[in-house]
Amino acid sequence: MSSGNFNNTNASVRPWFERLDRIDRRWIFLLMFLAVAGPILWIGVTGKTLPEAPTLAARAVFEEIDHLPARTLVLISFDYDPASAGELQPMATSLVRQCAAKNLRMVFIALWPLGNQVAQQTIQDVIRDDYPALKEGDDFVNMGYQAGNEAVMKLLLTDFAKAFPKDSRGEATSNIPMLKDVKMVSDFPLLISISAGYPGSKEWVQYVISAYNEKMNFVTGCTGVSAPQLYPYFPQQIAGLLGAIKGAAEYESMVNASLAVDGVATPPKYLQAQRRMGPQLVAHLLMVGLIIVGNMIFFARKRRGAA
Amino acid sequence: MKRIIPMWIAIIGGFAMMLSSFVPLAESAGEMFADVFNVVAAIAFVLGAGSLAKQHLEKLSRRDAGWGYSIITLGSFLITLFIGLGKIGIHPNEQFPQAPYSGSNEMEGSAFGWIYEYMITPLTSTMFALLAFFVASAAFRAFRAKNTEAILLLVTAFIVLLGRTFAGVVLTGWFPDWASGLRLENLSIYVMQVFNTAGNRAIMIGIALGVAATGLRILFGIDRSWLGGGDA
Repeated sequence: MSSGNFNNTNASVRPWFERLDRIDRRWIFLLMFLAVAGPILWIGVTGKTLPEAPTLAARAVFEEIDHLPARTLVLISFDYDPASAGELQPMATSLVRQCAAKNLRMVFIALWPLGNQVAQQTIQDVIRDDYPALKEGDDFVNMGYQAGNEAVMKLLLTDFAKAFPKDSRGEATSNIPMLKDVKMVSDFPLLISISAGYPGSKEWVQYVISAYNEKMNFVTGCTGVSAPQLYPYFPQQIAGLLGAIKGAAEYESMVNASLAVDGVATPPKYLQAQRRMGPQLVAHLLMVGLIIVGNMIFFARKRRGAA
Repeated sequence: MKRIIPMWIAIIGGFAMMLSSFVPLAESAGEMFADVFNVVAAIAFVLGAGSLAKQHLEKLSRRDAGWGYSIITLGSFLITLFIGLGKIGIHPNEQFPQAPYSGSNEMEGSAFGWIYEYMITPLTSTMFALLAFFVASAAFRAFRAKNTEAILLLVTAFIVLLGRTFAGVVLTGWFPDWASGLRLENLSIYVMQVFNTAGNRAIMIGIALGVAATGLRILFGIDRSWLGGGDA
């Protein structure tokens, strides 16, 4: 008898929970693939999204930006890279869209090496495509990436131009019209960080917001794994918090509602977060199902062992 | 000398940075050390590149397991370095049309941008997306109610997993207003803002005290383990 036949014979007499426990993990991978792919296809075909009820933390982000007068300077730090773009890009897009629609002057920086490219892409997708009247240098500027993590933040406390001597085009900071009155980070009434980890929101709180909590407000969007570490700072140091794609979807729905025009459909690029809540729903249900089945196996085995 | 000079640099720099937060006169010293840190951080990139090349070249010469991946790593590194430094496909800056290398690597249509858009973005996104599959497999095999702590963890996981999606609204949205606190979406927020915040604050305070204690030990030259081995 071959070893394959021997195993098959054994498998047929094993109790159900043993067989289920030894299931090839590729079946679980397949289930997860279907759980994610199904809703993506369904939402892609129908264009329908699930309704969102914004939480306090997401509402606070929207209101912080909404209350700012036009032409206010806003510092937006892109502290993530393409690896987390799936989770963070929708909120980045909506944040920049709301700032552009409010005619705020946006200064983009990046503390992650690839954050500059992500910022460029967002500027292209939102500002250049949909707000072409905004002029680089007057209404927005991308200062690019600066190495040094917290040291850059420390420098920003005293000298913005020293931390970012030129923008991503190579233009000296002193020659950029919108930065003429900017001496230090506290000259920005609002700081926004879209953060995937270190350096990011936590470091902004520790090095910048703790020093200038009275002068400037801070709102942030972060990945699901880092959200629990940031809740302790909400709402004192962090005025508004977008946690993962759920927070992004809540915020996105508010921005879309505020900028909706009768008879004009919202472009798909401004629905990315809400669209991703569909796959998240089914994937979470699958996870719950898998945990329940796993525990059924555990208790069945325990009972068999005790009998 | 190998240990004493770095130790004094750390002590002087550390005290300058610390005092700059409290004493206005020390602010400029703190700024200077922050500048120095930026220069050192830039040099660290070169050091990191050298270390990467050394490690993979050694692996290649020894024909260690997986040496084929080292070829890919080194090849990708050298090609990206060449394209980045050579500014391949980049037009001169409009302000300096005579200077061929005045354009930025971020310019649209550059080879560097092409690498970013068509290689780095899909590769890193794929790596991140794979997490979902492994988390599902781990949830099935390891998330078992073995004891009280594990049961608490399981209940919390269910609340957050369901409360962070529309499933929470469907399952518990019908609860009357007086019991709205028991709706899964509200319970999920409660777990995050109360239990999680309390636990995280305790951890953060503990870490902060540890960092302060270790920092002081380094500043006073008591802890020298960060200097590594070598001659005094």
